[in-house]
Amino acid sequence: MKKEFEIILQIIQNNKKVLDIGCGDGTLMEYLKVNQNIDVRGLEPQKDLVQKCIAKGLSVIEGDAEKELVQFPDKSFDYVVLSQTLQAFLFPEKVLKQLRRIGKQTIVSIPNFGYWKVRLHLLFKGTMPITKNLPNEWYNTPNLHMCTIQDFVNFCKEKNIIIDRSLCLTNEKISEITNNNKLYKNIFSQLGIFLIR
Amino acid sequence: MFLPSLAGLFFYLNKKMNKEIKNIKKLIVNHSLELDCGKIIKDFPLAYETYGTLNKNKNNAILVFHALTGDQFITNINPITKREGWWITAVGPGKAIDTNKYFVICANVLGGCMGSFGPKEINPETNELFGTTFPVITIRDMVRAQIYLLKYLGIDKLLSVTGGSMGGMQVLQFTSLYPDKTYSAIPIACSASHSAQNIALNELGRQAIMADPNWHKGNYFKTNLSPDKGLAVARMAAHITYLSKQGLQEKFGRKLQDKGSLKFSFDADFQIESYLRYQGANFVDRFDANSYLYITRAMDYFDLEKQFNGNLSLAFKNTKSKFCVISFSSDWLYPTSENKEIVIALNTCGANVGFVEINSDKGHDSFLLDVPEFLKTLSEFLSSTYKEINYEKRI
Repeated sequence: MKKEFEIILQIIQNNKKVLDIGCGDGTLMEYLKVNQNIDVRGLEPQKDLVQKCIAKGLSVIEGDAEKELVQFPDKSFDYVVLSQTLQAFLFPEKVLKQLRRIGKQTIVSIPNFGYWKVRLHLLFKGTMPITKNLPNEWYNTPNLHMCTIQDFVNFCKEKNIIIDRSLCLTNEKISEITNNNKLYKNIFSQLGIFLIR
Repeated sequence: MFLPSLAGLFFYLNKKMNKEIKNIKKLIVNHSLELDCGKIIKDFPLAYETYGTLNKNKNNAILVFHALTGDQFITNINPITKREGWWITAVGPGKAIDTNKYFVICANVLGGCMGSFGPKEINPETNELFGTTFPVITIRDMVRAQIYLLKYLGIDKLLSVTGGSMGGMQVLQFTSLYPDKTYSAIPIACSASHSAQNIALNELGRQAIMADPNWHKGNYFKTNLSPDKGLAVARMAAHITYLSKQGLQEKFGRKLQDKGSLKFSFDADFQIESYLRYQGANFVDRFDANSYLYITRAMDYFDLEKQFNGNLSLAFKNTKSKFCVISFSSDWLYPTSENKEIVIALNTCGANVGFVEINSDKGHDSFLLDVPEFLKTLSEFLSSTYKEINYEKRI
């Protein structure tokens, strides 16, 4: 997902303060730190991953975004990044609300459940789709709330969330999502990336 | 007949220890320091020890703060007690706090009994030991005193300050008082204000000492006896709080001391009893009862939140240090929740903070023991910070 990082780096300018939610082993954080002088912090629920981050010199707090985000003050970060994690929360709506409170802007990326391979998998095989981006079985997947690019756009509209930019990743190629190509992108893109506030 | 002679032996050993304390590194602080209690002290001794070498750029120094019963002898063999240093698991050549790489400093706290200004020192005004005429000191006093040591050693900015338990409280107080004196800070298993439970437990220890008839209102140094029983009970009670229920159960369970059966007496039937008795007895020949009173009091008085009118984040408002807060899952004395309050306060003021709770069943004592995940985190945080500041320096 190097391409996704490229997009995120493009959106975030130099000398900004960023919070990476569910930062894992800190790969994105390191990428932002190394490529631009970005002051980046992370939140990660898994101890071993937090320890990996600390070893890399990254400031990461062990904690669960569904519980711990309340401790961050309003607009304390220029950007809050949620990379392919929204679908794994029990209450994605609440988490999103917190992210928008903490960050001046929020970058959310979602694995697109409307991707054609996913659709075909369900249509022809009749079983829950397993793809490169969604490698788990239905019974052990951490993904509780899968959605499509279209779903996310609809959701933002309904909740009065302003989308400043919407991008997608189609076979490692980055492109903008517009009103005209949305239907098409919702079929052919593996990932949607949104800058919202 | 046996008991008094045993006490006499302790007294003799104590005297011998006092003599040896005279040969340890000591800085006489030629400044006056106004204590929180209002009393002004000057020309007071601060006993300390260093390990490793200060590098050319003077940016590899780590100040370690010791806990309640610790002292300046962090590692190797303590020259006074002849036992291993209290943090030998973490500090030494090739260890997490690598003395081949870093210059490690530790001072005996004010109120302590290993050579620093404390109740066991002679009051120059009366030419007698202070005993309980020693002023009540606070964590802030302890930290303020140690800044003179850094000046003396010629260190403007530390690589890190660290310590567990009361040592962690000193870390918090240090970063609050001196926001730009250290590149990083590692408070371990501590709290920003002592909880009611912890005050209660400390009071239990103090009352045990004071209930010992040998205590003589703190004037036991005038007699040939010392309140060893009381101090031992205080230590036994405290020692339980340093462990976890699960840890105790796994280590001792209901195992009997002698393989046979119950003795139907009050001897130490169970292994845990004999273990605690050993811990208590072992403690009294290396620690001063009055010091125990003073230091526990300092811990109880610690309330960083109150110092900033109830807003802990203001304590760290100007901090430039990078923090790594560490807690342990089975620590019920300074539980994760209290450590997290520190993290939240740091976060609220925008400080650079990382936090991890280490899984361990060894309770509060985890920070002193061989807990690999903890030592790894400590080591890696320090080396990444060290790398960072040296890299920044180059560009």
